[in-house]
This record gives sequence, structure tokens and C-alpha cells, in this order.
Amino acid sequence: MKQESRDLGHERFNSRQTSVPKGDPPVPPAIVVEHLKKQFGALVAVDDVSFTVPAGTIFGLLGPNGSGKSTTIRMLCGLMRPSGGSGQVLGLDIVSRAEEVKSSIGYMSQKFSLYEDLTVMENIHFFGSIYGLPQAEIGSRYRNLVERMRLGGRERQLVGTLSGGWKQRVALACAFLHQPRLLILDEPTAGVDPVSRRLFWDILAGLAADGVTILLTTHYMDEAESCHLTALMFRGRLQAFGPPADLIRQAGLRTLEDVFIHMVGEGGREVE
Amino acid sequence: MNKRRLLAIIKKEFIQIRRDRPSLAIAFLMPLLMLFLFGYAVTTDVNNMPMAVLDYDHSPSGRLLADEFIATSYFTITAHPDNYQEVRALMDSGKVKAALIIPEGYESSLKRGEKATVQFLVDGSDPLFARTAFQTAGILAQVESQSLLAQAAAGAGRPQPQGPAVDIESRAWYNPGLESLKFNIPGLIGLIMQNVTVMLTAFALVRERERGTLEQLMVTPIRGSELMVGKLVPYMLIAFIGTAVILAASTLWFQVPVTGSILLLLALTVIFLFFALGVGMLISTIAKTQLQAMQMTVLVILPSILLSGFVFPRSSMPPFLQYLGDIIPLTYFLEILRGIMLKGTGLADLWPDVIPLTLFGVGVVVLASRKFRKRVE
Repeated sequence: MKQESRDLGHERFNSRQTSVPKGDPPVPPAIVVEHLKKQFGALVAVDDVSFTVPAGTIFGLLGPNGSGKSTTIRMLCGLMRPSGGSGQVLGLDIVSRAEEVKSSIGYMSQKFSLYEDLTVMENIHFFGSIYGLPQAEIGSRYRNLVERMRLGGRERQLVGTLSGGWKQRVALACAFLHQPRLLILDEPTAGVDPVSRRLFWDILAGLAADGVTILLTTHYMDEAESCHLTALMFRGRLQAFGPPADLIRQAGLRTLEDVFIHMVGEGGREVE
Repeated sequence: MNKRRLLAIIKKEFIQIRRDRPSLAIAFLMPLLMLFLFGYAVTTDVNNMPMAVLDYDHSPSGRLLADEFIATSYFTITAHPDNYQEVRALMDSGKVKAALIIPEGYESSLKRGEKATVQFLVDGSDPLFARTAFQTAGILAQVESQSLLAQAAAGAGRPQPQGPAVDIESRAWYNPGLESLKFNIPGLIGLIMQNVTVMLTAFALVRERERGTLEQLMVTPIRGSELMVGKLVPYMLIAFIGTAVILAASTLWFQVPVTGSILLLLALTVIFLFFALGVGMLISTIAKTQLQAMQMTVLVILPSILLSGFVFPRSSMPPFLQYLGDIIPLTYFLEILRGIMLKGTGLADLWPDVIPLTLFGVGVVVLASRKFRKRVE
């Protein structure tokens, strides 16, 4: 499976199912969601969503604004209590063991939620300590991360003065400091220049190759096509789920963008 | 509580406060600024009021009465007009705030044992001026009457005067609560420190909520209590230094000494600050935006000025308002400050204030920790 993830070409996933891959030792899926539902008053933000994400997968959650992506993510992080259904993250129930979920995953919220009035190093040390790591351990992990996240040379700079791409990589470093098996990234590349986006995806591919599962949301179709698995959400419902190439072929279209527009259009008619 | 996480938050807060100059200014300069502002506002308004004396009698008794006014230091005689028109002109132009008119025959009336009447005019456009002036005049009349009565009793041949010998005609009601600077300064220290500390922590969490860092923190193993205490400790230190500074200014500049134990006062200050900071923290956990936090802070601060007993004695308030005052940190701290600073009260007599102060302080911080949910809804 690690071998597979190293190559981001989606053709390899054509035959792959969304269930746990065969072979030993069997790796439990990173995320299992069944009939997940979230209601805010009369508004159903997430409606009967079910999917399974195998470990080591880059899973892209797509959908227009307000389709329920962020709400789904927040339920998976233990930030929101579902109104119905169930979910397990890294084998932990997202309601009854929400606090354990929080300690075991890495999370990057929609904005780059770092302390802008702290330097890169100070942010790293703060989040490292919050995850209970000793100072020496934070130092050595940070030196590894500098290499991996291309963070050299700006340790003493205030985060607020960094560019979007840099902030994003520092945020990823903070989220990955405690070496979680699952990273949940909410629109990590919004407002980031193309070169930094490419760099960021190289880093993600490297992490996935090491067996880290990555769940992210994005509006960029080129990024979506680089995911091993994609899910398309619209008006709180899961419209499509599978490797990008499968989705394109099943719909009989040429690109994922066509699929996206087609589905959103279809869903729109359904609701109206 | 995890020590490593707690220390991480304390350290982070210190770094952020150090880099946030406006907040630092609020913490250190605002208390001093307010103390001087209020301190002088309280002293100058009753001191050295310009007064005119129109003496038709030209007698030693009349001059004695005028001297009594000067002796209070509330009045300074700045004009000696010759007639009533001049008095009116002086009052109209605002050159004098009060005028004493001693009629012809003042001394002879006194000598005959009859009631002598003088007229006292006060510029009523500022009620505070007017009230203080009336109060002073009233007291002077009483004092003067008593001394004359005593003289009359001693002097055998003189007839006994009936009722007060000197009657100063003034149509204001009498309020014996003359508030002095000494009484005000301890209250001011408490009021200023409560407001500054509540304001400091009211933004502590809301700011993180608005910047999005709170959501990031919620997806970590952090606990509510660690976050609350971690944020309280740095502000506690800052507020404590702030209190020490304005306490020093009060004793050195305003000459209001600490009669009792300074150590006891500082120790109880810590408890008070814990309560006040806790109230701010609770506001911060409830408010969704910094604007809301500001509004809630005002909602706490404004009634506390009245309900704590800072202006009006609590004992004369209806029970409901007294209960409301019971949950305000300043209420207890006022008693402690006035007790230790003015009367030299010891801990033995302050328990009734220290115990609720401590309980409410712990309660409010626990409540804030509980109220902080690691969830967004």
C-alpha cells in the first residue's frame, strides 16, 4: 500500500475498492463514517453521509461552499457533535472518545490558525508543548520537519510577516509535530500561490508514502485529481465517492471538473 | 492539569502581552492615569472656592464669621464688594462661586441675644459646588451658634439666646456625608483595578476565537482549566504590579497612608484580582466577539460603581440590590481597602469579606473553565 501511495497517478486506483485492502497485516481504515448527520435548526448541513477512508490515503473532499464539507470535518475532529449516525477516526468513536481523537490527529483549520505575533519557533514550541512533547524532543523533531516542510532560515521571523505559502507549511509542521497517523486539513491551499501549492503537495505525497492518512478539502480540481480518493458533497449529501479516474469514467466525462459541474447541476435540479 | 501544557500557555501569553504595546499601556498606565484624574477631580472641586464678602456691619463679629469660612479651606475670599449690585455682577461673571452678606446690626443683634441672620449665596449651576458650600455654611452656623451659646452661658449678665444664635439662610437640605479624599482614594484604587483587570481578561479568549486560533487549540489535548489558569497567571502578575504602583502613588502623592498591614493588603489584593480576572475570563468564554465582550464588561463595571458601595452606602439599599452587590468583587475589596488603609483593620475583622471573595473567585474561575467547551456549535 505504501508503494501505491508513493505515485500520485490516479490510474493505479482504478481497481482499488474503498474497503480495507486485502493482505496482512490488515490495516484498519483511518476513517469510517456511517449515516452521519448534522442539523442546525431546520437546516440539514450534513445529511446521511457514509464513507470509509483506508489508511495511507490522500482523501479529497470536494464541493461548493456551504455543501457541508467543513461541518463534516469538524465532526470528525470532535469539534462538533453529530445529530445522527456514527463515525470512527483511527478506531476511536468521534463522540464518546472525542478527546482521544483530538490528541491523535493533526488538524489545520480553514484560516492558518497560528499565532501571528509569535515567531515560527515559538509557535512550534507552543504546539509541541500542548501535545505534551518535551523541549528536547520538539527541537529534534523540528529539525527533521525543517527539512521535510522546507522551513529553513525563518525560525525567528514572526508568523504574521510570512507569505501564505510559508504560513501554510508552518501550520502543517505544527499539526504534524506530534506525528499523528491522520491529518485533517480544511482548505489548506486557499490563497496560496501555485509554486507553494506544488511544494505543499509534494510534502503531502511524502507523508502519505509514510502511511499517514490525509483528509483535505479543496476547490482546486488539479489537486482533487492528485488525491487517491475523492468525495463530492453537495447540499449536505455525498453525491459521488471513489478514485478520481473512476468518477470521470462512470460519468462518461473528460475531467473531474466536468464531473463536479455535472453533479452539482444535477443535484441542484433534484433539490429544486 | 498538565504542568507542561500549563507552562506552555503561560509562556505564550507572556510573549504575546510583551509584544502587544496597547494592552501593556492599559495594564500599567491606565490605573495611574485614572487615579490622578479621579483623585484630582475629587479634591479640587471643593477646595478654594472664590467667595465675595459684603460686610454692611463692619464689626469684629462679622469679620470673625468671614474668617471661619476661610479656615475651612473650602473658600477663599477674593472680593470685597461694596453693594449688592456688585455681588450680583461677580456671581454673574462667575468670578465668585459664593457670597456672604452680613447685614448691618449683625453684632448688635448677637449682643442683644437675638437671632442674627446673614445671607449666603451660592452659584447653583454646579450642584456639587452648591451642596458642598451649603453643607459648610450650615456646619459653620452651628459651630458659631454653639460657641456663642457657650459664651452666653458663661457671661452672667447677658440674656440667654433662644435657639441658634446665628442662622445662615440657605434653602438646601443638609447632608452630613462630606466625602473626603482620604475616604475616596481607597475606593478609587479598588474601582480602577477591578475595571482594568476585568477588561484585560475579557478579551483574552475572544481574541483567539476571532483570530481562529481557538479552534486550532480545541483540536489539541488541552483542557479548559489549563487554558483558563494559564491565561490568568500572566494577567495576575501584571494586575498585581499595577495595584502596587497605584497604591504607592496614593500613599506618596495623595498622602493617604496605609494604616494597617501592607503585606495583608497585598495578599488580599491577590484574592481580589483572582476574582476580578475570573469575571473577565467568564465574559471571554461567553462572548462571541470582542465587541460583545466590551459590552458585557460595561454591563459589569457600570452597576458595580453604584452597587459596591463606592458611592452610596450599601446598607441603605433595598435587599435585592444588596444581593446584586454581593456578587461584585469590588464590594468586598472596598471594605478591605478602606479597613486596612484608613482604620488599620486586621485579618480577624476582615474574614466576612475575605471568605466570600475567595469563594466567588474560585467559583467564577471554575465556572469559566467548565463553560469553555472544546466544541464549536
